[in-house]
Amino acid sequence: MAASCVAASELLHNMRQTSIFYPKASCLIRRISTTSIQSDSQPQLKAKSVPQQLVGVVGLEIHAQINSSTKLFSGSPVRFSAPPNSLVSFFDASLPGTLPVLNKRCVEAAVMTGLSLNCTINRKSLFDRKHYFYADLPAGYQITQHRRPIAVDGTLTYSLFGGKKKNQMIRKKVHIKQIQLEQDSGKSLHDDARSQTLIDLNRAGVGLMELVMEPDMSCGEEAAAAVRELQLILQALGTCQGNMSEGQLRVDANVSVHRPGEPLGIRTEVKNINSVRYLARAINYEIQRQIDVLQRGGTVQSETRAYDSKSGETIPMRDKEGLQDYRFMPEPNLPPLIVYEDNASLTTCIDACQAVVVQKIKEGLPELPSVKRDRLVQTHGILPEHSFTLVNEEGLVEFFEAVLKETKKEPRKVIGWVTNELLGHLKQQDLSVSQSPISPSALAELLELHEMGHISSSVAKQVFQEMWRSSGKTALQITQEQDLGLVSDTAQLHSICQQVVDSHPDEVQAIRNGNKKVLNKLMGLVQKETKGRADPVLVRGILQKKTS
Amino acid sequence: MSVVSLALASRTYRGVPLKGTRFSFNLSTNSGYSVIDFNRERSSSFKKHITCVTRQFSSQPHNPKVPKAATWKPISEDQLPPPTKIPADLVDKLERLALVDFRTKQGLACLEKAIRFADQLHIVDTSGVEPMDSVLEDRSLYVRDDAVTEGNCAEDLLQLSKNTVEEYFVAPPGNIPLPKREERAAMLKHAEF
Repeated sequence: MAASCVAASELLHNMRQTSIFYPKASCLIRRISTTSIQSDSQPQLKAKSVPQQLVGVVGLEIHAQINSSTKLFSGSPVRFSAPPNSLVSFFDASLPGTLPVLNKRCVEAAVMTGLSLNCTINRKSLFDRKHYFYADLPAGYQITQHRRPIAVDGTLTYSLFGGKKKNQMIRKKVHIKQIQLEQDSGKSLHDDARSQTLIDLNRAGVGLMELVMEPDMSCGEEAAAAVRELQLILQALGTCQGNMSEGQLRVDANVSVHRPGEPLGIRTEVKNINSVRYLARAINYEIQRQIDVLQRGGTVQSETRAYDSKSGETIPMRDKEGLQDYRFMPEPNLPPLIVYEDNASLTTCIDACQAVVVQKIKEGLPELPSVKRDRLVQTHGILPEHSFTLVNEEGLVEFFEAVLKETKKEPRKVIGWVTNELLGHLKQQDLSVSQSPISPSALAELLELHEMGHISSSVAKQVFQEMWRSSGKTALQITQEQDLGLVSDTAQLHSICQQVVDSHPDEVQAIRNGNKKVLNKLMGLVQKETKGRADPVLVRGILQKKTS
Repeated sequence: MSVVSLALASRTYRGVPLKGTRFSFNLSTNSGYSVIDFNRERSSSFKKHITCVTRQFSSQPHNPKVPKAATWKPISEDQLPPPTKIPADLVDKLERLALVDFRTKQGLACLEKAIRFADQLHIVDTSGVEPMDSVLEDRSLYVRDDAVTEGNCAEDLLQLSKNTVEEYFVAPPGNIPLPKREERAAMLKHAEF
């Protein structure tokens, strides 16, 4: 007995490990979509019909966990990786006699998200029960918004690199069909050896926003760019933390192929996608797989497939028997949810602190990523690509603007330092911007030394490396300690240049014959001699005199 | 035959404030059961005038189709649609959805009787009337602040469960297709969970 107990906890330990890295893995098999974007009953595409023109069609269903302190219908806390069943109320465990009480924060989060995605906010929305039996859904039904969701009919604008050289920013749009509020399920850990399932209800009842994107995308890169943009919007709003690996943002992709102008093909649903990068790969794999199937003369099966990130393939998931019947019914314990347009539309019998007012939420919306990017491009004159890099990295915009405040260097020249030098080093060591060993003012000081002509740009890069290694030392200290200051002593430079000219008569002759480009070679030799510290403007002047 | 009773038991809803209601439904005259009148002649004469009844977040307080006072009237069998017969595969589907076995003569008779009872609702003329989800739909939904008030009671909850491992509930393995009918009967005999 004791031995088997030890084994059990070992197994649990292992499973917890897995659940941390693949929090979704335990529940992926039964997540089922409420909304079908493409009909299953559409005519099947046969391979004989000119296969080379087949293109992918991609729609997404995204579950975003609402960033709130408590659950959607109960006052128990929301937290990631807490001891099992410690965040569960009697309602979450579906004890008889308990009733749902809606969390105002969750409604506001959904309205904020809807407004940011240009949705129409339904003044009245309804809750429904969606029934299925599964151990991590103890009530036997999920409360969702089937008939009338809180927000409908929006758009998400995103950009990605396209064009022939993949270096052009292309702006695209995807339609948002709806955003609905619903409950999350608990987590199941499957113990196959003992043929049992362990249930943790900590996640049961956490508020979700299900976003349904219309099939307006055509490849994995587009879907990934759209999800990345959504992630940035949710994070800017604070309505969802958006971490895909922790399951705060879960993306299912509906993929089909067809020839443009013809009806959509039979779709498959791809699940178990844990990162934006895998999303693109999973979709592209699935599009290619379907094209291959059709070209071989087969037909695509309507099925759910899981993405295996190790092999990079999608594999069919255990099939549900036929079509599920969710037996949707109105949730009898929740009257319709009403949101108010503005304070004037509040009826007198509504307590002001009870009302969700759209106008008030609209006024409190933060700067959205797209607006922030446009502002950066306009005020600092940087390239749109750079604005994407800045906004993509949490805290980088703030860093960049803090550097600008302390240097006279042009923003267009500072941006390279931030997006190449700084970000490159951070990425290499897997650090966030807030963990950078170089502060904005330290970088500003370095750039100022360069701007004032005290150090050359190659030396500046050298100093940057040194600052990164021995944080705390200022750029000025390092320059002085290692004698890296620009050599602008004319006499010294004259003698170095003279040596170079004397030892390279052929080059000098070439310059005198009119090939002015050879001067650069001599300049390089001088810089080599001075370890990159020679003032290039002075050197050029001296060399030109000596070779004329 | 029998009456159609509309269950309007007075229940207290946690999700609904009890104060500040705009309309009060006076159903207290019915002791024990409520009875509704569906006078077909009367309602059909009203049909022309109320083709589109829309409620603004609430029931119309005086929908002319809803009688002011409850009456009682038996329904004769010939007014009802033909009785529903339940084919075997529908029973199978229902059993699977509900995870309940009722494939006995009595079970089927009970189901058919229940459907027959509900058939009486077909006689009620509901054209132009928006269905209600709840008798409380004209009240505003109570929303609460996002503050922690519950949870941290794993011990209390786990002791309600027959089967636990450490702090987990234990359930039978999931995602297994339900066994075929014959196997299921055998399995139910030896069921432990």
